[in-house]
Amino acid sequence: MYRNLTIRQKQIVWAWAFLAIPILFYGVIRFYPTGNAILISFQEWNLLGDRTWTGFDNYHKLFADPVFWKVFKNTFVYLLLGTPISLVISFVIAYHLDKTRFMHGFLRMLYFLPFMTSAVAMAWVWRWFYQPVPVGLFNNALASIGIPQFPFLQSTTWALPSVLAPAVWAGLGFQVIIFMAGLRAIPRSYYEAARIDGVSSWTVLWEITLPLLKPTIVFIVVFSSIGFLRIFDHVFNMTTNNPGGPLNSTKPLVLMIYETAFSAFDMGYAAAQTVVLFLVLLVVSLIQLRILRDS
Amino acid sequence: MAFFNVKALAVATATSAAALFSTAAQAVEIEYWQYFFDARVQAMETLIENFQEANPDITVKMTHFPYADYRTKVAAAIPAGEGPDVVQLFYGWLNDYVAADLIQPLPADVFPASQIDEEFFPMVQAMKDGDAYWALPTAVRSLALFYNERLLEEAGVEPPTTLDEMIAAAKAMTKRDGAGNLTQVGMTAGMTAQDHHWWREGLIRQFGGEPYVDDYQTVNYNNEAGLEALNFYSSLFTGDDAVTAIGFMDEPQAAFKAGRAGMHIDGSFRIGSLNNTRGLKWGVTELPATADGTRSNYSSYWVNAITTKAEGEKYDAAVKFMDYITSDEAMQIWLDVVGELPAKPSVGLTEENSSDPVFGPFIKGLAYANTTKFANESGQRQLMVEMVERMTLQGMSAEESLAIAAEAEQKILDEYYNSASN
Repeated sequence: MYRNLTIRQKQIVWAWAFLAIPILFYGVIRFYPTGNAILISFQEWNLLGDRTWTGFDNYHKLFADPVFWKVFKNTFVYLLLGTPISLVISFVIAYHLDKTRFMHGFLRMLYFLPFMTSAVAMAWVWRWFYQPVPVGLFNNALASIGIPQFPFLQSTTWALPSVLAPAVWAGLGFQVIIFMAGLRAIPRSYYEAARIDGVSSWTVLWEITLPLLKPTIVFIVVFSSIGFLRIFDHVFNMTTNNPGGPLNSTKPLVLMIYETAFSAFDMGYAAAQTVVLFLVLLVVSLIQLRILRDS
Repeated sequence: MAFFNVKALAVATATSAAALFSTAAQAVEIEYWQYFFDARVQAMETLIENFQEANPDITVKMTHFPYADYRTKVAAAIPAGEGPDVVQLFYGWLNDYVAADLIQPLPADVFPASQIDEEFFPMVQAMKDGDAYWALPTAVRSLALFYNERLLEEAGVEPPTTLDEMIAAAKAMTKRDGAGNLTQVGMTAGMTAQDHHWWREGLIRQFGGEPYVDDYQTVNYNNEAGLEALNFYSSLFTGDDAVTAIGFMDEPQAAFKAGRAGMHIDGSFRIGSLNNTRGLKWGVTELPATADGTRSNYSSYWVNAITTKAEGEKYDAAVKFMDYITSDEAMQIWLDVVGELPAKPSVGLTEENSSDPVFGPFIKGLAYANTTKFANESGQRQLMVEMVERMTLQGMSAEESLAIAAEAEQKILDEYYNSASN
């Protein structure tokens, strides 16, 4: 039967034979659990007993839960602060690093190093930096020059930015590398033409560099947005004793899901939160792709 | 095969006859699970060795998991039929396991309820349902007040026996720098550690209250006693004469280990890690009493239970193993190796154990300890953490913050008990 196929059909058969492995793999470890999670979100289950069907109860409970709305807001604060700040800083670094010849490789390595460091180790080091006197590096420095202590992680206002700062720093290296690759990909002839025309370097930046970097910017914005919407390890490790505290001021959605599932063992409620997170990620990514793609 | 089963039954019922049949009986292997903690694993290895020597026809295979994964692993494995025959569970999880039909009651002939009521410390009765016990602990834990001997000496104070003495001692040991920043605290504080237990089962009861009624299904601290307990607790870290600060050196036990805290309330499970702290000279005393001598303590424990997976000869072997690991001998081994307290007064309150300078205060505490029946321990602890945070970070009054905490905790309890009864 195989012998009777045309070459084109044979190619298709082989293509599907090879594709079957990743499709099967994804089906089993990605799509099946995803579907199952959506199913569990309509049920009540404590991981031990039987699952019981509860309809939209978990969703009603979720939308009536003030902690959920607080956490929802936090998640977007992480996104709306984290993405633009890291984008601007990484572009500025990449733009200047691209022009630097002196110790270029070494500097690039320094920026990339935090990205390779374990998030858990980094979060703990920063957690200790932020401690009050006599442990914390920052507060000890402040105290030694006679400035009152700053309540980094002990304040409902400043805890979130304090947690965000190392997360931004950690992601910077990756974004810098991507930006530099984007900058290198811009043909030199545009810059040469601009120089012949005597255009200012500001105009070169606005009219040549940034527009041609658009695909790179789209990629970084989408990628880092998803990262900030899913922020977990920095928050969890910097606030382990009081996860997401003080008073839920640093708690992102993923941490709430984790706590609901693995300390309260309320799997149905946790699954409902997961479905909401999934929809948020989907909508935010689609909006960004749309806005940044056409112009 | 039928003949063999009869024989196996005979083995189970007539323990003394076990030796006679053991050569004929086929070896039975049962599986035991607990979480990984070096001393616990070591103690269990000794117990298994002793047990196998006495019962050559049974082998016990121990499996352990990191603490962080333990609850999830057990919960996933037992329903899948992959789990152990005898399992170690936190007492607070028992309701869920009973409701899901994952463990079976201990047989009344080997573990008669009346005898257990009599022989074990009373808080173990939380494991009893009607005439049967679902599970039994080898060891229990309680709270006590650790103190740093050097700091006490330096300040010229004695280990406190009452709450007033504790405050006075803490004041004497508190140090500040020129700007008023704390550099050494008189005692540690933080609901994230053991203080929420001290507040619930210790302070509230000492101030004349009862934290929960209706078998721990109804919150009962939003009243005078609860408020007094909260005011006492928050006086430790508020005001100009605060003797401590929440989050000082990140974690209470870290501050105590570093020698920057005069006193620290913690459980008997902390003994091992304090012993390994170089340069720390510490002592321990009972939780301070009120002026009229009222004391109260909190006790928690891990229990061993037989799962529904164990059937036939494995069940019989599991019963025998349970019988051994809840024996006096096992409890003494557990105390010596792990430092956890025997669950029976007959072992705990021996002259030697109760006058032990380290274990003594904890063992004495067991006599007046209560065990909170949690629906969701970390969730309920979090409410205590937030109760204090609303006062320190948002300036809310103690009355208001207490009322919010009580309401939120009642909600957790209601949700839990309503869904459990469905």
